[in-house]
Amino acid sequence: MLNQAYQWRKLGKVFDPTATELPGADWIAEFAQAPCVIARDDFLRVYFSCRPAPDANGQYVSHCAFLDLDRFDLKKILRVSEGPILSLGEIGTFDQYGTYPMSVIEHAGRYRAYYAGWTRCESVPFNTAIGVAESTDGGQTFTRLGPGPVLPYTPDEPFVISGPKIRRFDGKYYLYYIAGRKWILDDGRPEPVYKIRMATSDDGLHWQKHGQDLLESRLGEDEAQASPDVIFSGGKYHMFFCYRQGRQYREKAGGYRIGYASSNDGLRWQRDDQRAGISVSQQGWDSEMVSYPHVFQSDDRTYLFYLGNQVGKHGFGVAELEGEL
Amino acid sequence: MTHCAPQWRKLGKIFDPADHRLPDDCTEFAQSPQALACNGFVRVYFSTRQREPDTGKFFSHVAFVDFDDDLQRVIQVSDRTVIELGDRGCFDEHGIFPFNVLRHDDKVYAYTCGWSRRVGVSVETGIGLAISDDGGTTFRRIGAGPILSATLHEPCLVGDGSVQVIDGTFHMWYIFGHPWKRFDSGREPDRIYKIAHAISDNGVDWTKTGGDQLIADSIGPDECQALPTVIRWGDRYHMYFCYRYPNDFRRNPERGYRIGYASSQDLHSWERNDSLVGMECTGTADDWDGTMMCYPHVFEHQNQTYMLYNGNEFGRRGFGIAVAKRGSSGGG
Repeated sequence: MLNQAYQWRKLGKVFDPTATELPGADWIAEFAQAPCVIARDDFLRVYFSCRPAPDANGQYVSHCAFLDLDRFDLKKILRVSEGPILSLGEIGTFDQYGTYPMSVIEHAGRYRAYYAGWTRCESVPFNTAIGVAESTDGGQTFTRLGPGPVLPYTPDEPFVISGPKIRRFDGKYYLYYIAGRKWILDDGRPEPVYKIRMATSDDGLHWQKHGQDLLESRLGEDEAQASPDVIFSGGKYHMFFCYRQGRQYREKAGGYRIGYASSNDGLRWQRDDQRAGISVSQQGWDSEMVSYPHVFQSDDRTYLFYLGNQVGKHGFGVAELEGEL
Repeated sequence: MTHCAPQWRKLGKIFDPADHRLPDDCTEFAQSPQALACNGFVRVYFSTRQREPDTGKFFSHVAFVDFDDDLQRVIQVSDRTVIELGDRGCFDEHGIFPFNVLRHDDKVYAYTCGWSRRVGVSVETGIGLAISDDGGTTFRRIGAGPILSATLHEPCLVGDGSVQVIDGTFHMWYIFGHPWKRFDSGREPDRIYKIAHAISDNGVDWTKTGGDQLIADSIGPDECQALPTVIRWGDRYHMYFCYRYPNDFRRNPERGYRIGYASSQDLHSWERNDSLVGMECTGTADDWDGTMMCYPHVFEHQNQTYMLYNGNEFGRRGFGIAVAKRGSSGGG
């Protein structure tokens, strides 16, 4: 193989909402999903999505929250937001039942968040779309810029638009996200198949969809791809993402793994999963699946946050890269 | 300033779904009639309903009926599926209603309003595009998703597209929803929707104004406005639509649908004036359109201007027609 796999050193779990005794986190019952880092002067702020205890019918809502980490010790939590940082949507809107995941960007002194909103459907369990919100208090809380989604459904992206990763390259906004392709039945249960897509924009509000899958599907047409986390480093674009089988993905064999692709222009991608260099552990919190990667650089080091078993029900962990991207 | 608007002569109900055998196991309802002038006949598409045996809920399917040129005699009713409903999880999985047709090149474009059922609220909608290569007998959607759907300031219930080409530009009048409202704590939430305008060069890719309500309210800020239809008549454009109160509208005839009216000279600013609708709801329950009038569609055929519309019970028992009176001046 021409390209060597990246070498990651797993540092372990950072935050477990089911076990934490941190003051402020008691409103979070389960899940700490899709971490997204914004570096601040003296700490790292990690946005993530979490869930209070389910209702009487076992149904969850997802909220966005943050925690702050010591920038020199990523396993040291300084504080956790004491409640949701974005309200749920109004009746009948796309984000009435959840906000997950969230991707935050700082530009021109403002913090803006792109997030997926969840609604509940009759024939399938849910639908999602991407909304946008801004903060006027320095990234502590966010208010949506409108009650509807910022990226509409289109003929080729009919449902389940989710997993936003907002980036800014060369003065332009790039939104990497996923779009549903079809719902398939797994033992009678509808499961969504989704693929990684992208859109570009000058203002972050009016988007031009690229209109194509960015990656080939290595596990066949029913492969689901998520969390397209893009970083520019070493003169090219890197994407860490996760992918799973279309069916029986709640088990270890079909569950999420972390893949990798690279690109010279952010648009045309070469997939090379072997290069990702991180997979399930022999045992422990990430022994069945690894998913929702987020790569960031801090103090000349490159880190990767990711979810372990049960898609982050028991939180997320971090790994550090040996060498450079 | 007053101006001339058509005065309408009601010609009565012209189609009752109970009198015909309909495709897709549909029995009741012939809603939102939409005309396509053909050679020697007029095809009227409508939405009819199939009852789901388990739940009692409905699927709305598109069917058509062909009339003679005078819109009085039925020639035939579609005997097979005009367009399949959408796949699982798609915006048009549980129904298509309405279905607005337009000849373009040698094809027929249909702007569909697709329905899918929700939890928390009953339904969400989007506008799709389907194209017919066989003159309007069957249609195939251009993709699984909608061409127009919810956006930042139009958060839900985008639907009821009605399209015309004017001076080379496609114009669509459609509706979008505000967040739903619960008027009584013990009841299900109710929807509120307003008329808006979008334009396009090709009929496929649209530019919406984005949350701008085109037509002023006349019965308060929670007025629901539906099914805009526009016609050029005299020296201006005339829009008909239906409007109602947001709640208690199904059984209370005082709060149910009526036909509304607005006019414009430039397609940008519209002046609402329901007193110029040009026909009345009699208020008599015995009349087929006595307690409700809704889902208007205006069109021209053989030098006559017609309005198709539904009556009581949202068109459960069919649709009727009115013709613009000759010499009601301004027309031509």
